[in-house]
Amino acid sequence: MAAESPLAGFRTLLYKEVLRFWKVSFQTVAAPVLNALLFLLIFSHVLDRHVTVYGEVAYTSFLVPGLVMMSVLQNAFANSSSSLIQSKITGNIIFVLLPPLSYREFYAAYVIASILRGLMVGAGVLAVSAAFVVVPMAHPLWVLGFAVLGGAILGSLGVIAGIWAEKFDQLAAFQNFLIMPLTMLSGVFYSIHSLPRFWQDVSHFNPFFFMIDGFRYGFFGQSDTSPWLSLGVVGLCFVLLAALTLAMLARGYKLRS
Amino acid sequence: MSTPAIRIQGVSKHYGSLKALGGVDLEVGQGEFFGLLGPNGAGKTTLISALSGLVRPDSGTLAIMGHDVVADYRNARRNLGVVPQELVFDPFFSVRELLRIQSGYFGIRSNDDWIDEILASLDLTHKASANMRMLSGGMKRRVLVAQALVHRPPVIVLDEPTAGVDVELRQGLWQFIRKLNRDGHTIVLTTHYLEEAEALCGRIAMLKAGRIVALDTTANLLRRFATHSLSVRLEHPARGVELGGSAGEGGWVDFAFDSYGEVETLLARLREGGAGLVEMRLGEPDLERVFVEVMNRA
Repeated sequence: MAAESPLAGFRTLLYKEVLRFWKVSFQTVAAPVLNALLFLLIFSHVLDRHVTVYGEVAYTSFLVPGLVMMSVLQNAFANSSSSLIQSKITGNIIFVLLPPLSYREFYAAYVIASILRGLMVGAGVLAVSAAFVVVPMAHPLWVLGFAVLGGAILGSLGVIAGIWAEKFDQLAAFQNFLIMPLTMLSGVFYSIHSLPRFWQDVSHFNPFFFMIDGFRYGFFGQSDTSPWLSLGVVGLCFVLLAALTLAMLARGYKLRS
Repeated sequence: MSTPAIRIQGVSKHYGSLKALGGVDLEVGQGEFFGLLGPNGAGKTTLISALSGLVRPDSGTLAIMGHDVVADYRNARRNLGVVPQELVFDPFFSVRELLRIQSGYFGIRSNDDWIDEILASLDLTHKASANMRMLSGGMKRRVLVAQALVHRPPVIVLDEPTAGVDVELRQGLWQFIRKLNRDGHTIVLTTHYLEEAEALCGRIAMLKAGRIVALDTTANLLRRFATHSLSVRLEHPARGVELGGSAGEGGWVDFAFDSYGEVETLLARLREGGAGLVEMRLGEPDLERVFVEVMNRA
């Protein structure tokens, strides 16, 4: 009889989820890196000579962490959501539902795989950007911490969206009408201090702003708001979303009728 | 007395106002080859889904090898292998990758020896490295069977495994499933091919509208519900009908009887009635007749 291991089920699901995106890495890793670099090329060409941030930080340097984090967040969401909706629509989700995996293992495997894809794409964007732009890294642990937490939040949102959506159209709506606006209006491309007072206040209701701002603090040691406040908001968002996702999975919402 | 392979007690399930299962009680003993039959929408797949944890019943309990499918789901699922009705597959992986992954889900590492054995038994060895997308429908069906077996479950449920499968593959599949049953696995089969169920299953339950309407050994069901038949072609078919026969296809007239001793009497009645016997044939009782009879009575 082959060896049995208590956590092997979770590890296998995690391995499968990583292998799934790695097998199509041109689409899931290389393409998002290229997209981010196109943003960098265009914005730096147009704005670099006209805008500085935090006193003397060049706009292109300021932009890079924003693009890295945007890539982390969008790809973390894409990973869990697309995997789940594809599995649901093709029916092969039953291969994950029939084995003795707990809903916690299910959640952890999908979210960790999302974080890994997000980090992989983010690292790719950073590595290629660093070839053209000087990007300091004042506090690497803050960078890593915000990247992991942001990936976990978006990975959880991806699990929610993948389970909730019954067709690709609904998933696209979730992505285009919720994730994309919150990301774009979070300060990826600008410091909120360049906004009118009203929009600065509105930005504080966007949790993505705290993810980007805290992440950027790790690079420059400066940010629009306190990094501890950002960490608190992002940590709280993760706890709330994890609790919601786990509750959905425990109930078997749209998975076990 | 040994623990039943499957124990289902008072299981009900509604989807809105639709009653899918209405208080089903059923036990399947270890080592049985059990048939679950019923028309479309009878509740067979819902019952199998409840056993495998894909559907949560409104009331009642289900256990696999004594393990409750909700309270002790890990052990219940370790003891159960399900071959689903739909031809589903993961397009990202090869056959071997898929079987290794499936083994891992059940906590099993280094399962290649058993995977090789299953692949050989299902004539899939030469396709082990092929991506699932490249396989024919029959091959995909075999991979589904292999996936259900990777963790060596003592109870195997096959939900219409031969739907849309050619004769050669069907026979090969049954040969393999029979061997598993001889080796001690409990087999639960749902199928619309009643001749398959008759040939393979020792005991059968028939479902209609979410209720079990017949449950007995296959032999007893055939004895209780099905009759022999005498079909005759007559010079005057109308006389045959007048003498108690029923008009069949192509001018044949059918008479039902319970024992062969009645054949002589039937033929004598036809002769005396001047029906003019041209041709005759005897029909054995079969599960199809039992099924129709049971469904009409229920």
